[in-house]
Amino acid sequence: MSKRIEKDQARFRNIVRGRVKKNLKKYITRGEMIGKKGKDFVSIPIHQVNVPKFRHDPRQGGGVGQGEGEKGTPVGQGDETGSGKAGSAPGQHILEVDVSLDELADMLAEELELPNIQPKGQKNIDSDKRVYTGISQSGPESLRHFKHTFKRALRRHIAAGNYNPKNPIIVPVREDRRYRTWKVKQVPVAKALIVYMMDVSGSMGEEQKEIVRLESFWIDTWLQRQYKNIETRYIIHDAVARLVDKETFYSTRESGGTIISSAYKLVTEMLEREFSIDEWNIYLFHFSDGDNWGETDTNECFGLMEKYLLPAANLFCYGQVESPYGSGQFIKDLRNKFPQDEKLVLSEIADKEAIYNSIREFLGKGK
Amino acid sequence: MNLPANYRKWINEIQGYARDYGLDFFEMIFELITYEQINYIASYGGFPIRYPHWRFGMQYEELSKSYAYGLSKIYEMVINNDPCYAYLMKSNQMVDQKLVMAHVYGHCDFFKNNMFFSKTNRKMIDNMANHATRIERHIDRYGAENVEDFIDACLSIENLIDPHSVFKQPVPISEATGTAKKNGNGERFRFHSDKEYLERYINPPELLEQKRLEWQEKKEQAEKKIPAEPQQDVLAFLLHYAPLEQWQYDILSIIRDEAYYFAPQGQTKIMNEGWATYWHSKIMTTKVLSDAEIIDYADHHSGTVAASPGQLNPYRLGVELLRDIEDRWNKGKFGKDYDECDDYLEKKQWDKKLGLGRQKIFEVRKMYNDVMFIDAFLTPEFVSEHLLFTYEHNASKGHFEISERDFRAVKHKLLQGLTNWGQPFIFVEDGNYLNRGELLLSHRHEGIDLNVEEAKDTLKNIFTIWSRPVNLESILGGKEVRFTFDGQEHTMKNIG
Repeated sequence: MSKRIEKDQARFRNIVRGRVKKNLKKYITRGEMIGKKGKDFVSIPIHQVNVPKFRHDPRQGGGVGQGEGEKGTPVGQGDETGSGKAGSAPGQHILEVDVSLDELADMLAEELELPNIQPKGQKNIDSDKRVYTGISQSGPESLRHFKHTFKRALRRHIAAGNYNPKNPIIVPVREDRRYRTWKVKQVPVAKALIVYMMDVSGSMGEEQKEIVRLESFWIDTWLQRQYKNIETRYIIHDAVARLVDKETFYSTRESGGTIISSAYKLVTEMLEREFSIDEWNIYLFHFSDGDNWGETDTNECFGLMEKYLLPAANLFCYGQVESPYGSGQFIKDLRNKFPQDEKLVLSEIADKEAIYNSIREFLGKGK
Repeated sequence: MNLPANYRKWINEIQGYARDYGLDFFEMIFELITYEQINYIASYGGFPIRYPHWRFGMQYEELSKSYAYGLSKIYEMVINNDPCYAYLMKSNQMVDQKLVMAHVYGHCDFFKNNMFFSKTNRKMIDNMANHATRIERHIDRYGAENVEDFIDACLSIENLIDPHSVFKQPVPISEATGTAKKNGNGERFRFHSDKEYLERYINPPELLEQKRLEWQEKKEQAEKKIPAEPQQDVLAFLLHYAPLEQWQYDILSIIRDEAYYFAPQGQTKIMNEGWATYWHSKIMTTKVLSDAEIIDYADHHSGTVAASPGQLNPYRLGVELLRDIEDRWNKGKFGKDYDECDDYLEKKQWDKKLGLGRQKIFEVRKMYNDVMFIDAFLTPEFVSEHLLFTYEHNASKGHFEISERDFRAVKHKLLQGLTNWGQPFIFVEDGNYLNRGELLLSHRHEGIDLNVEEAKDTLKNIFTIWSRPVNLESILGGKEVRFTFDGQEHTMKNIG
């Protein structure tokens, strides 16, 4: 019974995600519904698409309410569905789309890619490809195979004895129609290693760490979804660097000084030990507030990058978050040191809003 | 559908009570369905089958999510149709089901008897399904994208109808075009006299001739102008005159049909909900409720009529105002004597024991819509007793705040929000504007400017339908302006 509405729902989701009907994109508004999960309040994202109409300027309108309050008391503009009944008359559209992680990763996929990926080594990453292989008796009209359909019709006419070579009119009927079908084939692409490095020193406040975690989480989610058999490594560092597992990476609260070279040294060692450059596409992500411990260490970092990391990596992404103590020096130093290097991508992440753009700077298509 | 025996028992019983109270309704058909089905049907505006469109999916997302998170739940749904369909949700308690049954008998009585519903199609369930079939056929032939884009454009103007036009007598063609013979020789302007000798003085031939020429000129002008008078039913105008393909014409006419079907529900939201609430409350509390059910009933009923700050709950306003009317007509608190009485105490204790209340509210449900209802029956006493206020946007603080509690202000704002569903009045002025086949619309400014960005995009959508430049005259910040969309770009000009 619910087939019909599910189609409409899928269509709507695609509009909200900007896959189809880009002309409606500007009418999508975001909001939230406040729900409750156990003791916690959760915000459920709401999307509405409001078709433009002749409407009054909402700020000039106002209206009538009911309740206590003096002149000047602010009134909430709650949404129309609250508690209570929905009426028999259609109300205003208020909407919400709950997006699963996989779906979100899919959305990212349309705008992102792993740049400069090259076929290397034998242990391969697979990516899906659609190949049209066969013919079937049913399918969408858009995939109708005209030649096959015609042949079937012709054969039927001849068999039925009503084919006239002098007046060869062939009328295909439903049974004659043939359609193309496809199979999903896994095409080997290349294999890749992703290393996430995060500065967890004392100068990184909670908010900064959260931004870094969010960003690496999304990059991670997207890459895992997009490329199979990807290798990932997580490194956290303050004055010392440690190789950690995913859980620790996303949950550690360390503090201490910042010595960036410690992380770069660890990566270098790891690459030399485990991942040969010839076999791996290597992607390095490093997030920090850029507040490195002295120039000596910065120079040591540059040395490591120049000699080993930049030649080895397909891409070296450095994201700098703004800390409460002001933005660090490291990103400027990098910019001055390697002004031309295409493999090095720098991004400054001011706040949570900037995460998405930052991801696009790192992995945006068409670079 | 086969309902369980106890449901049938209650339906019969409640139907009996409703009839005893004088409610008059179509045959009611109750369907017992799951929450998924109710969300699905509610997304289609209460209909089992509608044409495919994303906005129904949008509605469905909202309903199913907010149900899943326990934020809202649909108790009742009822369709203006003959027979009248009402849905009961399987997972509700029996006391809720009874409440819903009593409530929808109220709605059904309203659908059948309120005059603003009198012109609606009572076979709309079938009709909606037919619309779906037609649109699906167009999709098969012209492609889903094309059809959907066109529907989107039409939806942009679905509110540009004239809800009163259904009551107007269609004008006979000969009269509209003025071809009747006697008008031609100035007969129309001749003053009647029985005395022949006066004829030359009261009907001088030169004057007659002059009038006739004037008239003819005017007539020609009027004939040139399409429409002859500004037309509020923009959809009808476009159907008549826009260069549409057959399938586009069909879609636009479907959108218009459905808009007219839903229009009375928008016009009578407060009354309709108030009426149904009045009756479920009456039937439940006087006849149906068992002692064990009182608490649950009170809980749900209070949820229905709860006032949330900053918003007007139509259920509450409607039922309170109906009860106020009933009380006033029972006590004779109306008419010249009452209005002219200056004594507060006397007025408060006024009771002529007329007992006309019930009769009066039945009359009100027949003859009124929300605008008339508020206009006629909202009293200063009611406004202060129910703590109504107006709110306005405070630009310096960036929020809405309470502005006034004065009766006149409240009434004015209420009426403003209800007239034409609180939406701007838009008219077609000219379908051959500048003699270039352009469309000229006008906005009748009633104190509130248009939302400019939206208006521009709407013009763009109308362009899709009209396929020649589209103009809109309005007032913005006290200045007369004309917006134009010529297919490429928007312009705005100060005029006047």
